[in-house]
Formats: sequence, C-alpha cells, structure tokens
Amino acid sequence: MAKLKIEDLKKIKERVQGETALRAGAKRVKVTVHMGTCGIAAGAREVMDTLMSEIEEAGVTDVVVTTSGCMGLCSREPEITVEIIEQNPILYEFMNSNKMRQVFKRHILEGEVQTPFVLAKVTE
Amino acid sequence: MLELSMNILDIVENSTRAGATLIRIGITEDRTNDILRIEIADNGEGMEPDVARKALDPFYTSKTVRRVGLGLPLLSHAAKITGGGFTIESKKGEGTTVTANFGYRHIDRQPLGDIPTTMTTMIAGNPGVDFIYTHLSDGESYMLDTREVKNELEDVPIDHPTVLQFLKENIRDGLKEIGAGS
Repeated sequence: MAKLKIEDLKKIKERVQGETALRAGAKRVKVTVHMGTCGIAAGAREVMDTLMSEIEEAGVTDVVVTTSGCMGLCSREPEITVEIIEQNPILYEFMNSNKMRQVFKRHILEGEVQTPFVLAKVTE
Repeated sequence: MLELSMNILDIVENSTRAGATLIRIGITEDRTNDILRIEIADNGEGMEPDVARKALDPFYTSKTVRRVGLGLPLLSHAAKITGGGFTIESKKGEGTTVTANFGYRHIDRQPLGDIPTTMTTMIAGNPGVDFIYTHLSDGESYMLDTREVKNELEDVPIDHPTVLQFLKENIRDGLKEIGAGS
C-alpha cells in the first residue's frame, strides 16, 4: 500500500519550524475563496491553488486562506474576498489564475486594490 | 463540473457545512467489473429522511440565498448517465454517506481529474476537519489520514503552504504508484 513517509513529513516539519521561528507574527490578510457548487464549477479550485502556490513562493506567513460556501451571486463566480486588517473587505468577481496572481502581488502584498476586478467594497 | 474530483470537493463542502469533523473519501477503481465508485462519508449532523429524499431535487436547497441546490443532483446525474447509480444514506445526529457508482469505461464517464489539488484545497479550506482518503485501484491501495499527518507535524499547521505542497506531491506520487486511472 502506498502511504505517506513519516521521515519526509519530519523533514518538512523541521524546515517549516525553522522558517516560522524567524518571523512568527499575527495574520495581516484573510482571503476567502468562495467554494459553493457554482464557484467550483466556475474554477474556484484553480484560483485557490494558484493563491496557495503564490503564498509559498513569496514566503509570506501573514496571509491566511479559507473557503466559504455560495452567497447567492453565482453568476459572478469565481469570487474571492480579500480582508486586510483595518480595511474594508474587497469582493473580487470572475477570478482566474492570472487575476489571482495580480491581486496577490498588487493588492495583498502591496495594498493597491485591483479596481477592474472588483465586484463590491463591503461596508459594515 | 468537468471533473469528478470537483464534484468530490463540492460534496465535501456539504459535509463541512453539516459540522463534520471526520470525512472519509473512498475511490475504488474496479476495472475487472467496469466500476468506478466514489464514496463520501461524514459524521456531520445528518438529515431527516424527508430532507435526504428532497436533496436530489435541484429545486430544493437548505439555503436561503438562492432557490436551487445543484451539488448532489449534478453528481447523481453524472453517475446515472454512465449506467451507474447514486445513493444517500443519512441519519439525524450521526452523519451522511453519499455513494456514486459509475460505468468505468462508459464514454460519458467524466475523468476523475486532479485529485491531489482537490485534496489539498479541502485541507487548506478546512484545517480543523480530518480527512481519510483511500484510493483502491485493482487491489492496489493508497491512503492518506490527516490525523496521522497532524500528529506528526505537532505545532506546524497542516494548512501551511509548504506542507500542502508536500501532501499534493505525495498524493500524486502515491496514485501513480498504485496505477490509479484518470
């Protein structure tokens, strides 16, 4: 039976522990990928996957990614919500891998909202 | 949905919304008998019998944000067009098991698709939920139990990008090793 090798997992653990010890801190950004039936059918999994690899590549530790269900705006999927601490959440529509990379680099890392992709600015 | 792995991701979302803490995902490829089986079993809140029956109706949903609920009907349809079948077993307070059988070589059978990415996506989205993924391919098997992974990782979160990347590659290699199909 094919299975996970515990030794490999140990190596990963030690590597991650070494990295995060240097710059452990609070989360600055929360990204929610909307993963209802509609979102998944429209390509939300690839958007999420791109986001995860961008985070790994950039080596940032203050961005947390989560998923949510459908919120009723199915025709505009895939959607993501970017919440930067002390700022209004931004809801992006019609996402794909390329747009995700742009939003990650420009908005999440540099703080510049990518207006052409925005569906709504959420105000409480 | 273009791939069965996306249906799996979707059905698992139902399970997490039902408050499941442990979700079993089983894929069986039985080429001898021309069967592909996907089974998703959770320990969520379950459904009353009448709700479980209505769940296959695309115009029934437990949500209020829209009037359709397509997740289960889509998977059920994908199974039935290949000469297969679909069942939901649910018990209030105990959990729900969804089973879909497909004609393995049927021309309308959708590909399984990118299972490794589906798995890491569901782990990343629900780090608090545990998953047991078993894949049988003509007697060969692959298994991933996130409880074991978490145990081994200790204080390192399972949804850390480096860990997810490692898991994805591991699943990919494991499936290759057992000769899993697409």
